[in-house]
Amino acid sequence: MTRGGPLSLPRETAAAARLAFPPNWWARAAWLAFAVYFVYAAAQLEFTPARFAAGLEHGAKFVSRLFPPDFHRWALLLKGMVESLQIAVVASALGVALSLPLSLMAARNLMPAWLTWPARLVMIFCRSFHPVIVAILFVKAVGFGALAGILALTVASVGFLGKLMTEAIEEISLKQVEAVRASGAPFMSVVMFAVVPQVFGRFVGFVAYETDANLRNSTMVGIVGAGGIGGTLFAAFQRFDYDFVCAIVLTIIALIMLGEVLTMRIKRIFRV
Amino acid sequence: MSGAPGLAIAREWQRFTPGERLARFVVYLGVVAAIVASIQTVEVIPEFIADAPEQIGDMLRRMWPIAWGFYPEGVQAPLLESLHIATLGTVAAVLMAVPVAFLAARNVTPHAGLNYFAKLILVSARSVNTLIWALFFVAVFGPGALAGTMAIAFHSIGFTGKLLSEALEESNRGTIEALQATGAPWLSVAIKGYWPQVKPAFWAIVLFRWDINVRESAVLGLVGAGGVGMALDTALNLFQWDRVAMILVAILGVVIAAEIVVTGIRRRIL
Repeated sequence: MTRGGPLSLPRETAAAARLAFPPNWWARAAWLAFAVYFVYAAAQLEFTPARFAAGLEHGAKFVSRLFPPDFHRWALLLKGMVESLQIAVVASALGVALSLPLSLMAARNLMPAWLTWPARLVMIFCRSFHPVIVAILFVKAVGFGALAGILALTVASVGFLGKLMTEAIEEISLKQVEAVRASGAPFMSVVMFAVVPQVFGRFVGFVAYETDANLRNSTMVGIVGAGGIGGTLFAAFQRFDYDFVCAIVLTIIALIMLGEVLTMRIKRIFRV
Repeated sequence: MSGAPGLAIAREWQRFTPGERLARFVVYLGVVAAIVASIQTVEVIPEFIADAPEQIGDMLRRMWPIAWGFYPEGVQAPLLESLHIATLGTVAAVLMAVPVAFLAARNVTPHAGLNYFAKLILVSARSVNTLIWALFFVAVFGPGALAGTMAIAFHSIGFTGKLLSEALEESNRGTIEALQATGAPWLSVAIKGYWPQVKPAFWAIVLFRWDINVRESAVLGLVGAGGVGMALDTALNLFQWDRVAMILVAILGVVIAAEIVVTGIRRRIL
């Protein structure tokens, strides 16, 4: 109606109030800073259009050499895949066996602080390195082969499963724990009848997820000599055996997809 | 006059139907069989295990003292390169994943064929490990950071795209309908309708993926795709364990720093 008026606001506020979406200057500054970083980092890594153009040309040649996939050395392929599977299964089993007691120790609602901290530290330590880096150290410790891969993936599983399981245990309802305790049950009975039933379904989901992750990584640890198909894959790459590479990668993808379907089935059976 | 005790039918309550119990039993059996079969057949050399304590001791002795002096000359630059790879890779992944996520979300793109096509892209990007992508891109672009960035980007499409399309599918229909009723064009619906609703999920996904990518960028160098892994590979091949220890400490520092940054940003913007 009129300028000013009874509800006269300071000018900027009035102007901003007329905008349905007032600008957020902090966010814009952050975007700008990020854009500057983006350009800087791209320059640091020497990304140039010329390299992309050259890459496209190489890429076309590379893809044409991938096909058709060469399954002639299927025995070698099968041996590597079986070893990867074995690594994933054993590592998952060991990881579960270790992370069950560890996550119980790390749960703040059940255990005293002097026990939760060391357990948490172990998990953080297990989680902080990529499985392939852990595999390097185990290759030095126990030599080339599947054992190094198993141990590396066990460490990774403990870090990841331990964290998820601890969080699940900390979220349980303590009423049931109290009820079981009130009946005079010893500690193990409290765990078995008050804790486990509350978290079992979620644990199945976590274990399925981790087994899936281990399957993916077990195809990789071979690159550093820790067993499985990864070693065969890396060797084929270095010999420019690209058609064999293609066969290996296709098999890995098939196995991982099969694993995903299987874990989905299992989750449905356990209604996770 | 209450019912005779002898007539009370002994009823046993079962939580699951026989079918469910059978399915569970089959799963348990399968798991146990897989574990037993794997343990029995996996190739483990006993001599290597017996030798392990000595080898670990040897490794630790060679690692100590840590070659701190190696950091300025040989670790800092590749470490920064790893961080750049992780960040640029995440950005590129998000740029590629957003359109695919829009195509994969059933409520945004009501076309089953396009949905399946987009989901196929997401699943296949995810099934190929970052290191395999890295091997591919090293073959295409030659060794270096460009290959690593592309590897991170292509693998991350699957993860970010999947979670983003799920977030889109959960968004509230009412807001979208209100915008469409005003005759808003498609882009306006996307920016003012979907974007505010998925914004928290979007940032959570991006930060989570960046955190993962920082860890992954450290190993890309093992296959020649740039970053601190190249330095690690060189030190390993030369058995310079004190330098290896230095690099591992540096990676640990960066991983912890990244986790602190992510937690800090999450607390501020989420």
